[in-house]
Amino acid sequence: MEFKAFLIKYAEIGIKGKNRYMFEDALIRQMKFALKEVGDFAIRKQAGRVFVEAKGEFDFDEAVSALQRVFGITGICPTIIEENKDFDHLAEVCCKFIDEQYPDKNRTFKVYGRRADKKYPMNSMEFSAEMGSRILDAFHELKVDVHHPDILLTVEIRDRVYIYSDILKGPGGMPIGTNGKAMLCLSGGIDSPVAGYMIAKRGVRIDATYFHAPPYTSERAKQKVVDLAKKVSRYAGPINLHVVNFTDIQLAIYEKCPHDELTIIMRRYMMKIAEHFAREGGSLALITGESIGQVASQTIHNLAITNEVCGMPVFRPCIGMDKQEIVDIAEQIDTYETSIQPFEDCCTIFVAKHPVTKGNLKIIKRSEEALKDVIDDLMKQAIESVEIIRVSE
Amino acid sequence: MEAYFDNGATTRVFPQVKDIVIEAMEEEYGNPSSMHMKGVKAEQYVKDAREIIAKSLKVDPKEIVFTSGGTESNNMALIGTAMANARKGKHIISTRIEHASVYNPLFFLEENGYEITYLPVDEHGVVDLEALEKAIRPDTILVSVMYVNNEIGAVQPVEEIGKIVKKKNPDTLFHVDAIQAYGKYHIYPRRLKIDLLSVSGHKIHGPKGIGFLYIKDKTKVHPLILGGGQQKGMRSGTENVPGIAGLGKAVQLIYQDHEEKMKKIQAIKDDFIAQVMELSDVRNNSGEAPHIASISFQGVRSEVLLHALEEKGIYVSSGSACSSNKPAISGTLKAIGLTKEYYDSTLRFSFCIFNTKEEVDYTVNCLRELLPILRRFTRK
Repeated sequence: MEFKAFLIKYAEIGIKGKNRYMFEDALIRQMKFALKEVGDFAIRKQAGRVFVEAKGEFDFDEAVSALQRVFGITGICPTIIEENKDFDHLAEVCCKFIDEQYPDKNRTFKVYGRRADKKYPMNSMEFSAEMGSRILDAFHELKVDVHHPDILLTVEIRDRVYIYSDILKGPGGMPIGTNGKAMLCLSGGIDSPVAGYMIAKRGVRIDATYFHAPPYTSERAKQKVVDLAKKVSRYAGPINLHVVNFTDIQLAIYEKCPHDELTIIMRRYMMKIAEHFAREGGSLALITGESIGQVASQTIHNLAITNEVCGMPVFRPCIGMDKQEIVDIAEQIDTYETSIQPFEDCCTIFVAKHPVTKGNLKIIKRSEEALKDVIDDLMKQAIESVEIIRVSE
Repeated sequence: MEAYFDNGATTRVFPQVKDIVIEAMEEEYGNPSSMHMKGVKAEQYVKDAREIIAKSLKVDPKEIVFTSGGTESNNMALIGTAMANARKGKHIISTRIEHASVYNPLFFLEENGYEITYLPVDEHGVVDLEALEKAIRPDTILVSVMYVNNEIGAVQPVEEIGKIVKKKNPDTLFHVDAIQAYGKYHIYPRRLKIDLLSVSGHKIHGPKGIGFLYIKDKTKVHPLILGGGQQKGMRSGTENVPGIAGLGKAVQLIYQDHEEKMKKIQAIKDDFIAQVMELSDVRNNSGEAPHIASISFQGVRSEVLLHALEEKGIYVSSGSACSSNKPAISGTLKAIGLTKEYYDSTLRFSFCIFNTKEEVDYTVNCLRELLPILRRFTRK
């Protein structure tokens, strides 16, 4: 018995009222994209649900893991489709199904029949009861439990008959493209790819900005960020990665501002540049991987100072997470191994031994005064230096 | 302008090497083990290469085993010898400045019950001969020494080492990692009392993925790769015919007008060092090898200087290319007693016959321009 189809369950889309078709269409679009390399599938909406049906050969595990990267899906049910609706035939199929899927019969079960085809000679209740007793006859070890069954065998009688019991977990969230676009500040670290993933999960398209500082950072460090963007794009879809040369701004800050404020001031200019590209590309918010207190620049005081330069919302989905919680997600989305490659990034090259942890906005602004003759030109040059790489899986 | 000064990492192939590789791929693509003409013709490439190599070492062609490169040669020399001679003893001697492809097999052997003695080196990276003599015991089965060190170009007194080893214990085998030395020197294993010699193709303008191990006749070495019994069972697997043909060609070419070639490389190195030493706060760690210059630039991180030179089209290594992927500190630079301020600031410039005086002048000019800027911006 081979699974040729999947019934896709989704949660929040179902409650979106008049916009529902838009969410469903986005979901189907993303599913098609994810399954493109797996095989030839027909995906269709039917009575408030989405069915994926294989038109040819495919690898089951590959298909499931592709679907598990599509935001909006909460459950994936591997399904058997039967053309022949004859009850005796269906009873045979259901028994075989139970036998193959559950070698250990020492369990409880329930049959959940749904008769959408009103011409069918039995109603849902009758069907469920009769099918349950057939299965009991076949396997004496099984017990019925209508409240908390181990196995919930669903049989839907529609144009054809759909049989499934198992629900594999989907990633949840909302389909990409249903909630606008945001600009991810992507470093080479562990947190920012996770932040991008978490916002993408809510249906947000992602662009990204990366700051490099040649010759202090290497071509390999940049390649690492491209690799990370690629990993995120497995979930988030294609990403426009903006690579900005930050060297001269950094050196100017290094020369003209107090050393212990270097990182904060640097981050303020990074935010401004990221915001520039966000507006240019139609993003409505920035995303960072910041988490309160993780490093000196992410104390609540310093986050407030960094935030101050930015005129759009800054999403920080990792803000309340511990490092290990972030690492767990990074491992789950397979960015961790890439993130821990030891290349220097531009935040670490000139970092002070004892950076300011409780920055004061007035003092920082006064320090920035020292840059006023050069900073506009440097910002302009940095913005002009951008290289945009379209990253997709 | 472009200056490729990373020939210790790898070299550009000779055009004639490329030609013969293509020929062996497109025309004579047979399997040397096949019985038909296609096989015979492919086998001829292998035979020819083996003969050219044997001649360059003044040894017998049957003493050459082709491998996938220097790393495999070193692995085979160490692990293969240790396994085959375990009944005679389990003691091996090596030095503190070996390459990872020697160290890691030695660590593996240590974990498997062998005892390894690591000899110290002096401030020039040359092994302590007295310590060597004292270290050799009746149960010493192998002494393994690198001919030219890859990071600083220190040259070991291989001839004296061979004499000491064989005088103290004639049964002890002598392995030389000649990956940075072959092609630079005439190496005659019989005269130097060498039993095993590792060589890599891509350091001498040959292809990557090919090398050989010279194994003196009747030396007991256990093969590491088992299979169809190719190369007299010493290294199974269909021979890498294009690689072998390319390696043979590279050997032939590198030893043509050899003295002249080496003079040219030596002149480039000498000129470079003389010019670099005029800059302030630099230290010369270079050994005698004609192609390797190791220079420390005080107050500049080697990685930053490397990338700054890269922007100018100049390609070099920090420490050794093989160990610089890891943030670990270079073993050799530490072993010769360099202090912390220097070993984090050391670059390796390695030359070949394709390099020119113009490239040297250009590089030194770039250094003169870059160093003051980079020294202005350092980690506080």
